[in-house]
Amino acid sequence: MADPGTTARRVDFRGGGFAPQSRRWVGLVVFVLLIAFAEWGTRTGFISALTLPKPSDVLETFRQLYETGLLWKHLIPSLSRLAVGAALGASVGIGVGVLIGLFSYIRAGLVPLIAAIFPIPKIALLPLFVIWFGIDEGSKYALIAFGTFTPTVVATYGAVDNVDRSLIRMGQSFGLSWRSIVLKIVLPGAMPGILSGLRISLAIAIILLVAAEMLGAEYGIGAYILEAGALYDLERLFAGVVILSLLGVLVSAAISMIERQLLGWRT
Amino acid sequence: MDIRLSGVSHAYGQMEVMRDITLDIPSGQIVCIVGPSGCGKSTLLRFIGGLERPDQGEVLQMGAPPEGCLNPLTYIFQDFALLPWRSVAGNVSLVLEDHGIRGTRAREIIDDVLDRTKLTDFAKALPKQLSGGMKQRVAIARALAVRPAVMLMDEPLSALDSQTRELLMDDLIALWTRTPFTAVYVTHNLAEAVRLGHSIVVLSRRPGQIREIVEIRKPLAERGFADPDLEAQQKHLWNLMRDEARAADAELLHG
Repeated sequence: MADPGTTARRVDFRGGGFAPQSRRWVGLVVFVLLIAFAEWGTRTGFISALTLPKPSDVLETFRQLYETGLLWKHLIPSLSRLAVGAALGASVGIGVGVLIGLFSYIRAGLVPLIAAIFPIPKIALLPLFVIWFGIDEGSKYALIAFGTFTPTVVATYGAVDNVDRSLIRMGQSFGLSWRSIVLKIVLPGAMPGILSGLRISLAIAIILLVAAEMLGAEYGIGAYILEAGALYDLERLFAGVVILSLLGVLVSAAISMIERQLLGWRT
Repeated sequence: MDIRLSGVSHAYGQMEVMRDITLDIPSGQIVCIVGPSGCGKSTLLRFIGGLERPDQGEVLQMGAPPEGCLNPLTYIFQDFALLPWRSVAGNVSLVLEDHGIRGTRAREIIDDVLDRTKLTDFAKALPKQLSGGMKQRVAIARALAVRPAVMLMDEPLSALDSQTRELLMDDLIALWTRTPFTAVYVTHNLAEAVRLGHSIVVLSRRPGQIREIVEIRKPLAERGFADPDLEAQQKHLWNLMRDEARAADAELLHG
């Protein structure tokens, strides 16, 4: 025991921070502040009308777009292109990724090929795709599918590689068939990695969707944005961009929902 | 069904890990294998269960496994190896599904093994919700479900704290007393070896060779915590191992 004469000093707390916590509303507040700033700036003339449209005008354009029915006319072809292309690319990508993860020969044969394809800007191949798959929807599907395929493959075989080997050993030690080990141990074990790969692949799919539509489509968000840009109609340009952002947020939210459903077992 | 190891030797590349191991594992008994770290205890267990092949010598099953046995050589792992995405019951069901056992028949087996390991109330829980001791009891339940002829236990209690370890040793003794099973139990913990082993095989340090086989005649059910007879046996084992353990500790890894 210390003698009564010694001074007592509380131990300083130094263990805070470095632990991300959920702060739901901060993201929204940042959005609202930014938009409010733009609105204020454009109204007062602090920001010239040439550099940025008034957010309220963009909203008005958006409302007109909705009321004239043009919104759906542009959105529906875009969404169907995105759905078909991304579904095609992601499913083939997951399949090939799993095969690379499971078989050494396929890995040895395909990994260099994937590495060679990955950095090609897929949009550069659009003229080729037009020849191969036709000027209509075919080339757009192919472009989006091809763009989602490579990142999905890389994420999937990485995820398969990361499946806990001790679980596979366990399956073998209980005499489980190869099929059972793949279906019941490898695939569920790779699911977290596959889903986080899909997050990136689908964002790339949206980017490619717009690129494909800019190069040749009558309707579609990409075409809408391109037209607005050509006329320097900033309100419409921004309305289109906002739609894309919302699309990205929705896709990301959908994946989060799937993750919560499928990956509730994660600690 | 007995297991016989004859002249098993093995090397990983240049490094000889095991030399001429000949050993009988009689049915209905628990054989503990102890030895300093790196002596090849776990490798030996992988040979017995066919997860690895020895360079020389062979591992033989003597006689047929008993009727109704789905997986004669069944492991219990140190890290439990439970599928985190399956519930307790689902983890047990996993090893039955491949034998075409589903529905009510599976239900009966699962209920029975969960009851024997005192997990009935946790059938629907996920592994992340369980303590280490419970996880290992799930792994034991899963092993019991396939009615193994020989249980191959690879340091099953080493990932647990010492109190949980005591509890699980009591559970294992109760399970064995109810229906004697054959087991090869690898451990570095001498207290576990003297509590659970009918015979204890002491391996030397690398390359692992059998130094001595110690038989303990006292029935499992009569062995308790801090038992003086067992303490004496444990001291004897430690005397056999101490110098080797020290030398093994001072060795550089990977040559």
